[in-house]
Amino acid sequence: MNRSTIDIWVGIFVAAGIAAVIFLALRVSSPSSFTSDDGISVIARFDNIGGLKLNAPVKSSGVVVGRVADIRFDPKRYQAEVTILLFKGIDFSKDSSADILTAGLLGEQYVGLETGGDEAMLKNGDTISITSSALVLEQLISKFMLDKAAETKASQ
Amino acid sequence: MNFFAWLGRITLRSLARLGFAARFMGFLLTQSGTSFRRFHLTIREMYFTGVMSLVIIGVSALFVGMVLGLQMYEVLKRFGSGDGVGTVVALSLLRELGPVLAALLFASRAGSAITAEIGLMKATEQLRAMEMMAVEPVARVVAPRFWAGVFSMPLLAALFNVVGIFGGYLIAVPLIGIDNGIFWGQMQANVDFHYDLVNGGIKSLVFGIAVSLIAVFEGYDAQPTAEGVSAATTRTVVTSSVVILMLDFVLTALMFQGN
Repeated sequence: MNRSTIDIWVGIFVAAGIAAVIFLALRVSSPSSFTSDDGISVIARFDNIGGLKLNAPVKSSGVVVGRVADIRFDPKRYQAEVTILLFKGIDFSKDSSADILTAGLLGEQYVGLETGGDEAMLKNGDTISITSSALVLEQLISKFMLDKAAETKASQ
Repeated sequence: MNFFAWLGRITLRSLARLGFAARFMGFLLTQSGTSFRRFHLTIREMYFTGVMSLVIIGVSALFVGMVLGLQMYEVLKRFGSGDGVGTVVALSLLRELGPVLAALLFASRAGSAITAEIGLMKATEQLRAMEMMAVEPVARVVAPRFWAGVFSMPLLAALFNVVGIFGGYLIAVPLIGIDNGIFWGQMQANVDFHYDLVNGGIKSLVFGIAVSLIAVFEGYDAQPTAEGVSAATTRTVVTSSVVILMLDFVLTALMFQGN
């Protein structure tokens, strides 16, 4: 086989391989692990985070505006301390509220952010004070059962 | 007592072979200068290992992707999430099937050929003749084949992934009728560049090194007879396949710890 023919074929092979990698990088995957994106990080404390996981999305109006960067247990307050990384260029007011919500009935849990009316914006290291915990299915069911029992007792 | 003697013998023999393979790897690396200085040697071998493997890689990947598409849709439909078929196809290909199957095919298509070629060169005393002319056969014959395999493997795995995903697309979008945008959108939302793509690439690189080393070592170490070369070729395919699957477990355990 001629040397230049071999060169051309290997060139085509390498180019196709590199094109495949680029295709996989651009069309198939998304660079979501850019956690060091220079946004601001805020802290929210919850009584119960349910099944919230690291890197879970933080959504506002259903749009992803940040990620859960760290989850810790605060041994002084006996609460879960969740560090939220908000993407650059998105500002929320100081009295924003954070809820732990579930996508679908049994889906992944995420943090829902809702902005408040305060003029001042959240800064790096601030704490979101208005939070509501995750809905735990067992607690919900037991509460419902107790209510039902109380109702039937009252009606008798 | 016979059993213990047998066990001791095979343990010692395999340890000696492993040690020889490690020293051979070291020697190969010190002799690798030629394969980069005279890069056309490596390019020539990339033609035989990489380019000639393209057809089998492409055809296999297409069918693997199509089977994955059909099977995964069948299962996902039961949970009402048939739209996620693109995600499952892409993840299984990128993380496991792409690197592993491409490496297995590469071992049987190119690895066996490398072993047979080097073994036959040894059997016909071509390697000895090179030594007589003061040409180091490891530098001239072995190292370019090794590096060609190392370079080709990640490229082949990437092409396997792309063709496999295309196969899944062919099943999901035109045949089953999942929306084109949902197919790609779901895939892109759930496949992570670092976690899935880079880890899969590292896997294929490790497999490339392992398969190429086994292939050139078995060839160089073959008994210089027709029988010895055929046994070495068989050993290349068997050892590479087992090593690929075991390494895959180790790498998966290190990379994906399910957090």
